[in-house]
Amino acid sequence: MRTIYFLAVGLLLGITLFKSEAASWFRIYEMFQFDSFHMYGIIGTAVGLGVLVVQLIKRKKLKGFNGAQIQINPKENRRYRYLLGGILFGLGWALAGACPGPMFTLLGSGYASMLVVIASGLLGTFVYGLIRDNLPH
Amino acid sequence: MNIFMEPWPWYISGILITGVMALLLWGNKSFGVSGNFRTLCTLCGANKKASFFKFDWRAQRWNLWVMVGTILGGFIGANFLSNDSAVSINESSVEKLQQIGATDAGKAYLPEFLFGTEALTEPKSLALLIIGGFLVGFGARYAGGCTSGHAISGLSNLQLPSLLAVMGFFIGGLVMVHLIFPILF
Repeated sequence: MRTIYFLAVGLLLGITLFKSEAASWFRIYEMFQFDSFHMYGIIGTAVGLGVLVVQLIKRKKLKGFNGAQIQINPKENRRYRYLLGGILFGLGWALAGACPGPMFTLLGSGYASMLVVIASGLLGTFVYGLIRDNLPH
Repeated sequence: MNIFMEPWPWYISGILITGVMALLLWGNKSFGVSGNFRTLCTLCGANKKASFFKFDWRAQRWNLWVMVGTILGGFIGANFLSNDSAVSINESSVEKLQQIGATDAGKAYLPEFLFGTEALTEPKSLALLIIGGFLVGFGARYAGGCTSGHAISGLSNLQLPSLLAVMGFFIGGLVMVHLIFPILF
């Protein structure tokens, strides 16, 4: 049951990313050129509505489907890792034209080249795991 | 039903993405796709090489199912919910892209020169895909999240760390498109 639930949520995500063109390299390029409102509209609507959802969960102390109160874990209070890691991520996001969600979406859409992108994403994650103690966080 | 077959407007997409986040919170989980990269590394045996990958991957199985769903969603979106997958981006972007050799701008979903089957035998295109993927994988773990974890989940929770990360995403993206693309293409 739980498996089907999470699979269905993923299905909704994949269809949404494909159909809204958020998984298109062209849309990401256009966003960084400030040539269209499209991507800003998607992220802005999602965050604006998301703030309301999170506030509702916190104030009403809502419970999840397993009966436990929904926890929203804050991120640790650091500076460098978010800015430096974020910049590296952004460089890759604009070049590959896809962040992790769209990479998996596009793989399903039939772009075999995404296997290369995902494999190198795994390699990047692996290298981070190897050298993380030497990086400023 | 025709409206489903057309590209979906930004507000529908934004609402549905918040829906995904809310459904995961309701499942007592949090929205973050790039966490799967770490889990997949562990499944490939990375836990024998670095302590970062020593964790109980079974606790992340739910996220792998979200990932499988995302792949299937991409399949359904492209094959059953689209008549034509051309992305009509702004004319001004089309012109800029024509100049750097992306002649299919405005007519395709992804540029052929980077993602086409022939591009896989082109050393330069292949190198760019590898570098792009690597930076996303490395940067997401370094920053502790990607677009879903920071830009959507983190900003929705009004977290300062996520604001810093999203600023980083944009600095990196703007540098790539405005400063590095002119050198690359």
